[in-house]
Amino acid sequence: MTETAATPSNGSFRWPEGGVTRVPYRLYTDPDIYAQEQEKIFRGPIWSLLCLEIDIPNPGDFKTTFVGEIPVVVTRGENGDVNAMVNRCAHKGALVCLKERGNRENLTCVYHSWSYTLDGRLNGVAFRNGIKGKGGMPKDFDPKKHRMEPLRVEVYCGMVLGTFSAETRPAAAYFGTVMDHHLQRNLSRPLKLLGSHSQMMKHNWKLYAENVRDSYHATLLHTFYTTFKVNRLDMDGGIALSDDGRHSISYAKRATLQESEEYAAANVHSAQYDSQLAAPEMLETWPEFEDGITHSIQALFPTLAVQLTLNSLAVRYFVPRGIDRTELFWLYLGYEDDDEEKTRMRTNQANLTGAGGLVSLEDGCINEFVERGTRGSSDDAAEFLEMGGLDVAPSEGSRATETAIRGFWKGYREIMGFET
Amino acid sequence: MSAELSAVVERDEAVLRILIEDMFSDYVHSIDDDRVEAWPEYFIDNGFYQVISQEGYEAGHAIGVMHCDGKGMMQDRVKAMRQANIFEPHRYTHVIERPRLHRTSSDTFSARTNFIVTRTMQNGDMETFASGKYLDSLDVSGKTPKFRRRIVVLDSRRIDILLVFPL
Repeated sequence: MTETAATPSNGSFRWPEGGVTRVPYRLYTDPDIYAQEQEKIFRGPIWSLLCLEIDIPNPGDFKTTFVGEIPVVVTRGENGDVNAMVNRCAHKGALVCLKERGNRENLTCVYHSWSYTLDGRLNGVAFRNGIKGKGGMPKDFDPKKHRMEPLRVEVYCGMVLGTFSAETRPAAAYFGTVMDHHLQRNLSRPLKLLGSHSQMMKHNWKLYAENVRDSYHATLLHTFYTTFKVNRLDMDGGIALSDDGRHSISYAKRATLQESEEYAAANVHSAQYDSQLAAPEMLETWPEFEDGITHSIQALFPTLAVQLTLNSLAVRYFVPRGIDRTELFWLYLGYEDDDEEKTRMRTNQANLTGAGGLVSLEDGCINEFVERGTRGSSDDAAEFLEMGGLDVAPSEGSRATETAIRGFWKGYREIMGFET
Repeated sequence: MSAELSAVVERDEAVLRILIEDMFSDYVHSIDDDRVEAWPEYFIDNGFYQVISQEGYEAGHAIGVMHCDGKGMMQDRVKAMRQANIFEPHRYTHVIERPRLHRTSSDTFSARTNFIVTRTMQNGDMETFASGKYLDSLDVSGKTPKFRRRIVVLDSRRIDILLVFPL
């Protein structure tokens, strides 16, 4: 699927031999490529997470966010519809909504009081007819020609997704059957926000896109489980991919033997892991689903991930803040009907992830080490990504593979027109 | 209460306030001076510690950035940062204001204390890493005051790179 020009506008860049197994370091530092990404990817045929549906429950609610570097505002209209527009006044370009969230009857730019409906149509221009017959807009001024730029919106699995492109397929088709099934599994019930924070990381956004798909590094960099000798009953696992390879699920399953024992013992509510933790209750868990999958991290092209690891349900998305800055947002979730006990377990398990995550905090700095390590490299220097093969294919039974990363680069090359 | 007895109680409270202020200094110095093993010892056994943003705190969110329910979870944090976690070497300096204390019962105080923490990396980069307030509940029934709860409310919801040492 190539919606964009086949030759990059930056003629001097060519992808090296080796396809998706070779990723030039230059992709993380070249300002021309970064500018092209803003246009081809973030304004292109992709879905971005704008907010959760529970962020804007009532008419007039708004939430501001970003797609790439573009400021965006999402609103709930009077009729209950969800709208999204570039958060930019059609007059001089000022931000229309300054606060991160709030509730308004209409959206008014503070600079010259241009006012918009909740779906971004201009419905008021201060002094349009001038003052005492003097000044004012020209007679042919047509408010219909001046509105906040709209995005297409789809509410999907509790998430408000937005896209600038008419070509982006409906979310279920965009993610594909395998991804859709697992997203429905985790997110199709009423959600509750348990907490959120963000992390500023000092590297290009694509390094995090790689990192979240990197199942090879998990047990090597993140040694929390081995340090505390956490007896993992769930070491069977693999990588599932969408047909186009862009989206992936890294999953672990309860070992088959253990599974049958547990389910035979009926009424198993709370399973515990053996460990040398002083407070093993941090890993106290209950099986939420009968498919035996205990851990899954789902990476959705380009900047979204949904995890349900033990009972820790979280959505992360990341936003480029310049070529070498990426802000990673963590949204911790539960289900609306969770009791106190379930919320307690999800809360304790949240210690494993996020900016202070016992398992994952290394991810805050590891990509910066790549960013710094690759400085001063030659134009043709590239990552070597051959673990688990050269292709983009699902991997059953093993997560010692870089297939999901190769899948990301396959999609990236297609959209950027970098297929040589 | 007789005049003599009330004078004793007031003197007792003045001593407790000094002990609490000393403890607050010792707490941040143990973290700043790389003696983080001492950190859980400032809490009672089932003490509670949480780092959360101001907006999360106001919204009543259960999940912040760090969450230790009991001393055991704090000890696990210490062991993890010493043995498991990978991060670039850095150190903090905490600056705390004079705590505003309120006696809430014969054995307890509550306190609010504003703080700023700088972080210095091994290459010399130094910046303000965190600012906010400690909201504390203290137990003064033992020999030294201890935290029943310490909620670290951060002004910002954004953490620069990562948070590994407690605040």
